[in-house]
Amino acid sequence: MSAGTPRSLPSSGQKPIQDICHPLSAEECALSRSPDVLNPCSAGERDLILPNGTPVDTSSPASSSSLLNRLQLDDDLDGETRDLFVTVDDPKKHVSTMETYITYRVCTKTTRTEFDLPEYSVRRRYQDFDWLRNKLEESQPTHLIPPLPEKFVMKGVVDRFSEEFVETRRKALDKFLKRVADHPVLSFNEHFNAFLSAKDLNKRQGLALLTKMGESVKYVTGGYKLRARPVEFAAMGDYLDVFTQKLGTIDRIAQRIIKEQSEFLMELREYGPVYSSWSSFEEDLHDPLEGVSGCVSNCSSALEELTEDMSEDFLPVLREYVLYIESMKNVLKKRDQVQAEYETKLEAVVFREDKKTPVPSDVEKCQDRVECFNADLKADWDRWQNNKRQDFRQLLTGMADKNIQYYEKCLAAWESLIPLLQDKQDAKGETN
Amino acid sequence: VERTSLLKMMEISVAEAEKRTGKNAVNMQETYTVYLIETRPVDAASEGTNPVPDSLWRRYSEFELLRNYLLVTYPFSVVPPLPEKRAEFVWHKLSADNMDPDFVERRRVGLENFLLRVASHPDLSSDKIFYSFLTEENGWKETVFETGFQAKADSRLKALNATFRVKNPDKRFAEMKHYGDELQSVISQLLRVRARAADRLYGVYKVHGNYGRVFSEWSAIEKEMGDGLQSAGHHMDAYAASVDDILEEEEHYADQLKEYLFYADALRAVCRKHELTQYELEMAAQDLTSKKQQREELATGTIRTFSLKGMTSKLFGQETPEQREAKVKMLETQIEEGEELVKERNTECEEFVKSAWVDIERFKEQKDHDLREALISYAIMQISMCKKGIQVWNNAKECFSKM
Repeated sequence: MSAGTPRSLPSSGQKPIQDICHPLSAEECALSRSPDVLNPCSAGERDLILPNGTPVDTSSPASSSSLLNRLQLDDDLDGETRDLFVTVDDPKKHVSTMETYITYRVCTKTTRTEFDLPEYSVRRRYQDFDWLRNKLEESQPTHLIPPLPEKFVMKGVVDRFSEEFVETRRKALDKFLKRVADHPVLSFNEHFNAFLSAKDLNKRQGLALLTKMGESVKYVTGGYKLRARPVEFAAMGDYLDVFTQKLGTIDRIAQRIIKEQSEFLMELREYGPVYSSWSSFEEDLHDPLEGVSGCVSNCSSALEELTEDMSEDFLPVLREYVLYIESMKNVLKKRDQVQAEYETKLEAVVFREDKKTPVPSDVEKCQDRVECFNADLKADWDRWQNNKRQDFRQLLTGMADKNIQYYEKCLAAWESLIPLLQDKQDAKGETN
Repeated sequence: VERTSLLKMMEISVAEAEKRTGKNAVNMQETYTVYLIETRPVDAASEGTNPVPDSLWRRYSEFELLRNYLLVTYPFSVVPPLPEKRAEFVWHKLSADNMDPDFVERRRVGLENFLLRVASHPDLSSDKIFYSFLTEENGWKETVFETGFQAKADSRLKALNATFRVKNPDKRFAEMKHYGDELQSVISQLLRVRARAADRLYGVYKVHGNYGRVFSEWSAIEKEMGDGLQSAGHHMDAYAASVDDILEEEEHYADQLKEYLFYADALRAVCRKHELTQYELEMAAQDLTSKKQQREELATGTIRTFSLKGMTSKLFGQETPEQREAKVKMLETQIEEGEELVKERNTECEEFVKSAWVDIERFKEQKDHDLREALISYAIMQISMCKKGIQVWNNAKECFSKM
């Protein structure tokens, strides 16, 4: 255990800090060790500074990760240990002379002391969510920020105010906030706090802008060239490349299935009524034929439900993950940049004339950045993998469930028809 | 299936199909299919000895000849139809090729069905030509032609194809004909839409097979999720493969509908033949009436009907009493003959109506029974398909939950 003075966590029910390894202990730093001796850094002692000059938000307990990973603040937790609950619901349409838009109610329940009140209820529109995400990306560049549903929709193709579209969007926004709320670092972000609590976000946005004036928003890429991505991160990059490809394929397959099912549905809608018109000129066969017609109609409705569900619940989640992966690849690139900067600066210094003068603090800070970034990213990666596993387990079992329900509805319809079809026969048998 | 005296005697089946090549009428090489008709005495089967059945080969054109013979010889019967000559109402996977083994197999079943239908018909089953069709391989064709049915067939065909109008149509037959029209129309529509739906269903199932491949590829980059994904993929493959059997079974239902599509035609043929009989009766009666009127005119000297002869004789002088006498005598003979003809035709008509109506009632009952059975087996097919679907998706769900 190195000497650090981490602060205890504000919430109850979690492991006391002393029982946990310091996040930036020796093992973590081994990865990008430079030849020269540098002290193992500790979160509490140094000011971590972003390449753009702003101090990293360290008011949260350890901006890195493994600490919190071991605390397991993810969905496996029972409700007791979670102390922040967020939901998005109640979409409403607002019409003004300038524009028409939808707002959603964002409800928060929390015991965290970072919040003034235990409960909040505010209304937010998509713009606000977008603002939040941008702010999170800026202020927490070493972390994986969950994705938002797509911003732009083709005006002619999709009805932005249809129930289905709004509901799909609401679910995605809800997922977004929940993912942020469950993140051990992001959930303590001040912009997130403002988003959840501020009555008038616009004012807050303006205020935030004022105080951060002078800071450049974009990451300075600096044009440093990374020689080689470390194995670990290269593996992440490769995984993301293949995974995104497979997701694309699955999306295409799902769409194709929906299309084929829709066309099948169209035929069924023509098929059923033919039995009905046949029954109109039959006597004995009237009831059986009507029965078949009704059955086909029931199956058609069940199929329509299945297709709609898949469109609304399945496809959006796939697309969300594709967006997630895109932003993750960008974070990997940023990490490469940070490492490249450090290595370049280090090289310049290694070959310095005077070996006696200490390594410039500038380089040391770079090393810190690299190590923190790596640690954050690794921790986020693990948590992302875990969440991904759960999300896809849920998504695919959901798909299986929907199909099972469809077949069960059809089965019930056809089974109830059998006695009707056999009915007259038994009656006839008796009279004969 | 009615236990006619024929069926009490023998078992009939169309056991096999084979390809043959030979020279046709214009001396060109052709390939055709022959079907093996097997007959076995009923007693032998029940005794358990199982002797070799009698058998002979026939081709489709011979079946057609038999049916045409029956149509002409039993015009009041709703003659069972043959399976379709060419594949119709096909969905894309199904071959429209007459030589395709699946088509041949389905035709074999259809031909067997035809023979059993004829064999269970109260009138048709006792026909000698039918019996020799089943039992005499050589010379059967000649025997059929010797009956002279061809000549009758030709004249009937001519008459049927001509347009004629019946003055007092029999309401029942008119209704039956109308029913036949509607049945034919609705079954055609049903078969068409069903074929399109089958195409779509095929597509839905087969695309799921793609999940199998992509899950397999995806599982390669996963650790804990890998196994679940891989096995789920196998279930998706099984799901995709299951549609072939499902649609093959449905084809059987389509064949049952087709039989009644063609039966509708047979029913309409009976109604049409009745119309012809009625028309011929009306023509004879009309002819008789006009002849009687002519006689009356000649007798009384009054012209009620216009005739050119009458006019010319008025204009150019009367005919001699001898001439008149001859005319009257001729008319008397014609009237006598005419009355005989009307009597004949009347009896014919009455008998036709009686026999036809008996067979139509029999047909109605058979149709109601068969179609009800067909609907039941269709429902059972659908139930089986749903159960299979539930099972596959439950299997997949289990795999997913283990991801």
